[in-house]
Amino acid sequence: MEYLLMAMEDERAFEAREDPELRDVYWQSWNAYIAALTDAGILRGAGGLEPPFTATTVRVLDGAPVVQDGPFAETKEQLGGYFVIDVADLDAALAWAARCPSADGGSCELRPLLPPRP
Amino acid sequence: MRAAAVASAPAVTSTESQIATSTAGVHATAGVHATVEEVVRGSYGRLVAYLATVTGDIAAAEDALADAFVAALRTWPQRGVPARPESWLITAARRNLIDAARRRDTARRALPQVARLLDEHSQPRAASTIPDVRLQLMFACTHPAVAEAARGPLMLQTVLGLDAARIAEVFLVPPATMSQRLVRAKTKIRVAGVPFTIPRPDELPGRVGAVLDAVYAAYTAGWDDPGAADAGSVGASGRTDGPHTGPHTGLSTDISTDISTEAVRLARLVVGLIPDDPEAAGLLALVLHSHARRDARRDADGAFVALDRQDPTRWSKPLVAEAEEHLAHAAAARRLGPYQLMAAIQSVHNRRARTGTTDHRAIAQLYEGLAHLSPTVGVLVARAAAVLADGRAEQALGLLDALPAERTRAYQPYWVARAAILDALADPRARSARDMALRLTADPAVENHLRHGSGPP
Repeated sequence: MEYLLMAMEDERAFEAREDPELRDVYWQSWNAYIAALTDAGILRGAGGLEPPFTATTVRVLDGAPVVQDGPFAETKEQLGGYFVIDVADLDAALAWAARCPSADGGSCELRPLLPPRP
Repeated sequence: MRAAAVASAPAVTSTESQIATSTAGVHATAGVHATVEEVVRGSYGRLVAYLATVTGDIAAAEDALADAFVAALRTWPQRGVPARPESWLITAARRNLIDAARRRDTARRALPQVARLLDEHSQPRAASTIPDVRLQLMFACTHPAVAEAARGPLMLQTVLGLDAARIAEVFLVPPATMSQRLVRAKTKIRVAGVPFTIPRPDELPGRVGAVLDAVYAAYTAGWDDPGAADAGSVGASGRTDGPHTGPHTGLSTDISTDISTEAVRLARLVVGLIPDDPEAAGLLALVLHSHARRDARRDADGAFVALDRQDPTRWSKPLVAEAEEHLAHAAAARRLGPYQLMAAIQSVHNRRARTGTTDHRAIAQLYEGLAHLSPTVGVLVARAAAVLADGRAEQALGLLDALPAERTRAYQPYWVARAAILDALADPRARSARDMALRLTADPAVENHLRHGSGPP
């Protein structure tokens, strides 16, 4: 089964990306995680995201697209990146999610991908 | 149940048609009904578990099995009860599952499962070879990804075959709410890919705890005496504070006693499946000790009888003896846990049947241990009540005063215990505490007890 792992990071994690003192540790943890997923042969896709302030939202209202800055949710944790993995079941996915660097300090949310429709 | 399933009933093979009964008409039908009921009672959980672990889909397994029962009721009166009814039902249910999967979709996910079913379908199994995977089913039902409120009900439904309406009545929610809760949990298990497996050894203790908590939640949901702090009214993990967490409505004794009996069956089954787990044995001892007192909890008029006023000659000796056996077995493993301690507390209470007195000091000490292992508000309040019973009212009041107000404000047992402690101290604040307790009580029998009784229930 394929699962989307959503790496939810708090503000400190986003800041750590650029912080001269913290960034090495930060990126090493992600590189190690990606290497482990790759070695296991289960990685189907991945991407890191720029911080939440870079988000732009578009909605079609009365047939016309309306573009807005944001959203800027009040929640403590924001999506920082994602992985798509292919594993046997939820327990296997949870085990990988628990190793996700964001799970320590932030969280890692996971959902099964819809199977292809006929 | 859908009548369409009758069409997919399996052909009765030559061995299966070697039947015992040859009577026709009404007698045969009655006999068939009795046989089907017996199979439902004895094998339902095994059959659902087997079908669900093959497909990962509990709802589909239940539907397929229900249809197989319908088919049995239709065909057995004519052709006779097969020599191996379970085997016949599994074959029919498996065929129903395959048909349903074919009808539903040929989506990628369904194909390998259907293939597996077909494969097994081609090799007829003897009843004795249907593997017992009820424990795997229990682990799926109590997986941390499943909503906690659904776990106990889900086990009662899938493992014991109880219907949603009955479960709803006992868990005090509208039938539609319970149905939705159960459907949602089954869908989550199927779609999220919750495995039907025994967890890895490093995960096992926590996961067994969730199974035990769900069994205990099912047991306490069956109580009809919410004021009865008499049954170790606290879940080991603090998630099930027993039935008196909030206002409680009266239940017909029949239904609740029945569900408690079913939960005892579930606890026995768990111990049968994991005989070496001391907490499973502790849970079984706990529910047996408590269940032993069920006849003594109401008087002839149906009024609630507090534990200290119960007539111990009405307690079941065989159930107490069985409980003691399991508790001793658990203790031999030398791994103490909350359920063992709760069982030990009930064991001390039940010793009154032999000694005529209650060792309140011992009970208070056991609550100390329990409060250390599992400091839930339910345990902490019960400990204070035990300290009061041990004649230390001042100390009991201190224990209650130390609890944070936001955790106790709407907790009925807290106000019951507080009123009793203040009474013992001749403190005029007892009255307002009693008023709070009454306001949080909905069961008339318990309300009556609070108004006219004295001391903790």
